[in-house]
Amino acid sequence: MPENTSTPLHLAVALDGAGWHPAAWREPEARPAELFTARYWADLAAEAEHGLLDLLTFEDGLSLQSDDPFAPDARTDRVRGRLDSVLVAARIAPLTRHIGLVPTAVVPFTEPFHLSKAVATLDFVSSGRAGLRVKVSARPDEAAHFGRREAALLRLDEPDTPQKLATLAEEFGEVADYVEVLRRLWDSWEDDAEIRDAGTGRFVDRAKLHYIDFTGSRFSVRGPSITPRPPQGQPIVASVAHRTEPYQLAARSSDLAFITPHTPHDARAALAEIRDAQQAAGRGDETVHVFADLVVFLDDRPGAAADRLARLNDSAGAEYRSDARIFTGTPGELADLVEELAATGLTGFRLRPGALPYDLERITRGLVPELQRRGRFRTAYEASTLRGLLGLPRPANRYADTDTVGPAATV
Amino acid sequence: MTSSSKPVKQIHLAAHFPGVNNTTVWSDPAAGSQIEFSSFAHFARTAERAKFDFLFLAEGLRLREQHGRIYDLDVVGRPDTFTVLAALAAVTDRLGLAGTINSTFNEPYEVARQFASLDHLSAGRAAWNVVTSWDAFTGENFRRGGFLREEDRYARARQFLEASWQLFDSWHGDELLADRASGKFLNDPDAGRFAYRSSEFDISGRFDVPRAPQGRPVIFQAGDSDQGREFAAASADAIFSRHGTLFAGQAFYADVKGRLARYGRQRDELKILPSVTFALGDTDVEAHERAALIRRQQVSGQTAIRLLEQVWNRDLSDLDPDGPLPAQDPLIGEHTIARGRASVRMTRDPLAVANEWRALAGTKRLSVRELIIEVTGRQSFIGTPARVAEEMNRFVQEDASDGFILAPHLTPTGLDEFADKVVPLLQERGVFRTEYQGDTLRDHLGLAAR
Repeated sequence: MPENTSTPLHLAVALDGAGWHPAAWREPEARPAELFTARYWADLAAEAEHGLLDLLTFEDGLSLQSDDPFAPDARTDRVRGRLDSVLVAARIAPLTRHIGLVPTAVVPFTEPFHLSKAVATLDFVSSGRAGLRVKVSARPDEAAHFGRREAALLRLDEPDTPQKLATLAEEFGEVADYVEVLRRLWDSWEDDAEIRDAGTGRFVDRAKLHYIDFTGSRFSVRGPSITPRPPQGQPIVASVAHRTEPYQLAARSSDLAFITPHTPHDARAALAEIRDAQQAAGRGDETVHVFADLVVFLDDRPGAAADRLARLNDSAGAEYRSDARIFTGTPGELADLVEELAATGLTGFRLRPGALPYDLERITRGLVPELQRRGRFRTAYEASTLRGLLGLPRPANRYADTDTVGPAATV
Repeated sequence: MTSSSKPVKQIHLAAHFPGVNNTTVWSDPAAGSQIEFSSFAHFARTAERAKFDFLFLAEGLRLREQHGRIYDLDVVGRPDTFTVLAALAAVTDRLGLAGTINSTFNEPYEVARQFASLDHLSAGRAAWNVVTSWDAFTGENFRRGGFLREEDRYARARQFLEASWQLFDSWHGDELLADRASGKFLNDPDAGRFAYRSSEFDISGRFDVPRAPQGRPVIFQAGDSDQGREFAAASADAIFSRHGTLFAGQAFYADVKGRLARYGRQRDELKILPSVTFALGDTDVEAHERAALIRRQQVSGQTAIRLLEQVWNRDLSDLDPDGPLPAQDPLIGEHTIARGRASVRMTRDPLAVANEWRALAGTKRLSVRELIIEVTGRQSFIGTPARVAEEMNRFVQEDASDGFILAPHLTPTGLDEFADKVVPLLQERGVFRTEYQGDTLRDHLGLAAR
């Protein structure tokens, strides 16, 4: 990656409930009674698009939010409940024109065939702005929601044991298989498969539809997709990565990795590992974006954001902790940090607003103009697809120019 | 007793987005994209402009095959049902949004959160047509793989629905306080608790979507078998029937409505909505000419051969579609010619069908193509707007249905003429709404909250 100090940066915002701080819903500007309405999400997306952001991610899971990473809790003082993130993204898509929409899929409990056509369809309804973040599950309660008693318990908080490493390898192996199936299904229709040839009466050229015949340890999928190849060809695949196994997944399978460095040193180490794995996977000449996640509390007056975080912590009854670095300060101070971290080779940032819509508005109305002044952020949308915004070409179809439709094509 | 002693029924109307069988004419110059969102948006806006109850999207989970190859004569490919419906919620305000979702290749927790989410995102307009598949052919695309024994499929569908209801009902609707002052977001530390155990499912935990505006989405059922009718009588809010003629419709209507009492339900708690087609003209003669033209577009010579093969269960590629029916009898036994098609599985005794068709072709001197045009998919309502309005109203008032699901042959404009010309006549007769009276699909259908 070039480390040109004037390279424009990419900015994503991660939306989750009323914001990432557990007491954010009690803030004066918060809209906690509207979290389950379309208008709330549409307003946030409009604000983000007004700020020319590259994309929004939507947190999701298949269990009620909990402070306990492995089980439900009985708290009543925090946001609980959420809407399916693919459908939230789809609901917003017709109301926006430029911003990328990246919902979340929990891999072990969902069907890659369903998610592939859902994201392809999100790409159609957004005219080329869809992505998907894939994630593993470490939650036995999620497993019980799906009647899976055999689910492995991933204790990321405990020391690595051979058994834990084997489980990690297996879980991330399934994610890699899942992404492989998504990608094959997106390519299972060539772009010009629909011919509508009245002369021969054929709607499609079936030589341009492909069985994907994937067989993995946990599922097999025959294909082709029921949905044609989406506008971007391949929608964006994103993943969050904190350690070696997900770094390798990102390097092998993703277009976009979200990492959680607390220092430039952390960022360099993670980047080195991802870039090495990318080379090893034969993707050295492809762009794999690596964004740093930061939880942000922003105020224009110096010190005000730190005071606000302290107040939020009081309200929550506990100091807020996160896997990502927590930033408090002014938009200008955040711009300084962003530039310092970007010098390590990061290509962008995913900002997790501490409170919504407050900190989102400080991003779009404070940080963005500041980065624009510094020549580090776009002043207008330069593309209409998410791949375009991320500088990624529309990829060739892996099945194009092959001359068979698969082994079942017998008469 | 006079007919005026019976209250005038209000008609329910729904629009079926043109699907992937030969009802949809893709070869017409006016035919647009089956995939682009603009087609769905146009269709939905037309339905909403005409005050329809809902729009309906079908689903398929494997591309159809014939002779072991992907079937290429009809429309192939469609978007994901949930995703399109959620996007349509952004471009409509009142129109119900109904989708087919399979209960075999899904899990209740995920489907329930998708429907509850759709209901929130559309402010109470979601509906679910519950279908079951059991074929290993479709299963090849899913973790679960194939095969559900046919006799188990209604058990799974029923249990899937019971599990989903428990999930929808796991939030009662009063848990969300979001009270800043007290710091209470919820008033119940156990909100969403559920547990469901049956022969097909063993799931428990806490559901993560608060109660949706409609509580449960509107439930549709489409099966026509005895089991399917019983399932609908017990569980559904509406049933999609195939009975497009007055007498068949009345028999079906009486049968299904008669089953409701067994489940403690009133006759108006289950709406019967046959899927119907139409052809309009300025005169009845013109309408019949258009109907005939559309039928010829729907049944090309090639399509006629392929449809004949689905009954004969044989390769008839060499048959001349403009010639007579084949001399050979249908191949009896496992159906191997066509896969991924519900209609094939429902074909009754193929030999009886073949003999009936031969007799008809002999009497009327019909070629293969002419016969297929005659015996498959003739339009349900043909005539001037006034005649179609009159016949549709008669159909409803004489208890052959509670309304209709219209399946136009053109994407995306196939509903426009009906909306412009027939709907106003139904409104003039006082049998169809001129404005939406409520906000939710349950309101439109006159169904109580569940």
